[in-house]
Amino acid sequence: MDLQIALLLGQDGIVTGAIYALLALALVLVFAVTRVIFIPQGEFVAYGALTLAGIQSGQTPGTIWLLLALGIAVTAVDAPASLRAGRGRLLRLVASQLVYPIVIIALLLGGSPRNWPLLLQVLLALAVVVPLGPQLYRLVYQPIAEATVLVLLIASVALHLTLVGLGLLFFGAEGSRTPAFSEASFDLGALTVSGQSLWVIAASLFLIVALYFFFEKSLYGKALRATAVNRAGARLMGISTTLAGRLTFLLAAAIGALSGILIAPITTVYYDTGFLIGLKGFVGAIIGGLASYPVAAAGAVLVGLLESFSSFWASAFKEVIVFTLIIPVLLWRSLTTRHVEEEE
Amino acid sequence: MESTSRAPLLSVTDLCVSYGKVEALHHVSLQVLPGQIVTVIGPNGAGKTTLLAAIMGVLPFARGEITFGGETAGGHIEIEQMVARGMTLVPEKRELFGEMSVEDNLLLGAFMRRRLGFRDERQTLEKVYGIFPRLKERRRQMAGTLSGGERQMLAVGRALMAQPKLLMLDEPSLGLAPLIVREIFRVVTDLAAMGVAILLVEQNARAALQIADYGYVLETGEIALEGPSDQLEDDPKVIESYLGLGRK
Repeated sequence: MDLQIALLLGQDGIVTGAIYALLALALVLVFAVTRVIFIPQGEFVAYGALTLAGIQSGQTPGTIWLLLALGIAVTAVDAPASLRAGRGRLLRLVASQLVYPIVIIALLLGGSPRNWPLLLQVLLALAVVVPLGPQLYRLVYQPIAEATVLVLLIASVALHLTLVGLGLLFFGAEGSRTPAFSEASFDLGALTVSGQSLWVIAASLFLIVALYFFFEKSLYGKALRATAVNRAGARLMGISTTLAGRLTFLLAAAIGALSGILIAPITTVYYDTGFLIGLKGFVGAIIGGLASYPVAAAGAVLVGLLESFSSFWASAFKEVIVFTLIIPVLLWRSLTTRHVEEEE
Repeated sequence: MESTSRAPLLSVTDLCVSYGKVEALHHVSLQVLPGQIVTVIGPNGAGKTTLLAAIMGVLPFARGEITFGGETAGGHIEIEQMVARGMTLVPEKRELFGEMSVEDNLLLGAFMRRRLGFRDERQTLEKVYGIFPRLKERRRQMAGTLSGGERQMLAVGRALMAQPKLLMLDEPSLGLAPLIVREIFRVVTDLAAMGVAILLVEQNARAALQIADYGYVLETGEIALEGPSDQLEDDPKVIESYLGLGRK
């Protein structure tokens, strides 16, 4: 291997690592606030990428029907409590869960978004996929919010399998690739950097910085941290577990869908691609002990680099090598960290 | 006093709370008037913490009614609604956000007020710093690194950030040095003078009765005795069980 190849692999590794880092941050966040190990995180990647591909190719992405169906279900579940809480609450429920999906469907079917500029297409894809996060939290996790981590994990596995199945139904077995955000490429000495790689890295860094400011400076970000640190204390401040859960899943869905949209021009995304990508983010999150954001992000970039270099030396074994990394990490963590019993 | 201002802010009627099959509170009734300090004293395990948890909505209750600020609830109360109506609880375990700064802890105390549209948390913060100057000195420090007394100040300060109508304190003197207990109790008295109603649960019966207007004695889940606190202080049963010898 000469320097040029090493640089190329390094660039590749950092680009995919940046995506894994975003997913790792989302996984750490979801676990810290809700104790859910969010296996379906990867499905949001696939849904985001494939919904955008569907919009661009003029097909109707099936995710909009899921948005409507979940909206109807959430309305049915929440209507009694909203009725008791007053008319304003009921109106907000109907507006967000019924009117909103119908408006989005009307835009998709009647607005011929195929001819829209890329930025609007991306926003439309996000508008379809991101609300699925809080909806799924409401329907799947909120009823069992007080359950043990294991029960929540089992629910995650079930939700993952359901979403992958629905993905096959919505998008078919064929993969899609979207056109690059930018066709530009830059020569840096021996290395050619594509515009899309820069987009991925810049967008990831921007999101990480934005998340940092959200959690350090904004009241709602602090409220999520407070819930992660001390749920009982947070409830006494009026920060409800439900509010924190929905907000967290909104962020996780947004990060997932954006990651999918960012990688769609680089790699062909299939309905089940998300799982593997999500799992690699998960390896990063594990390196951070599902608790430390910077370590999780660094770990995820390491996973990206390791994957890239192992695909050069032993491409048949690249997944094996990446996932084997988890064993020494788990050993090291279990030997160095004090075991804390789960609080009931 | 006008009769309107003397309508109870909190009234608990016939409250029963069970843990599984074990009933922890039996037919408890009590009232707190605006600006009044009411204390609930009694031995360990009498159900004092359970009482506060039920009033706040942390625990559901089997029977009875809780009226707060003119609205009545039976069965299950939502904590968020109670916070929104002006009730705060300083729990026995403090429940601080250990890995966050003192100032962030305080600002989160105003979370519900912010949600309700108030934007006055900076002024309230300065008031709380005025009451507990020590918190201002430590405002960048992580809450988990504070001393026991400072933690209690932070827990009380955080509760005050919500600008409560009713402040409930669970064993505020527990594990604290006498000097700090005196400071906390002084703050409680000042708050009551400013019109905040206080419901104080204490094992330190002597200190509690000294500052309270009215007292209840809770024994094995039932109100055994109640009355204005100066009468309770002179009650032979209270002296024997809770105040002991050496009373001036």
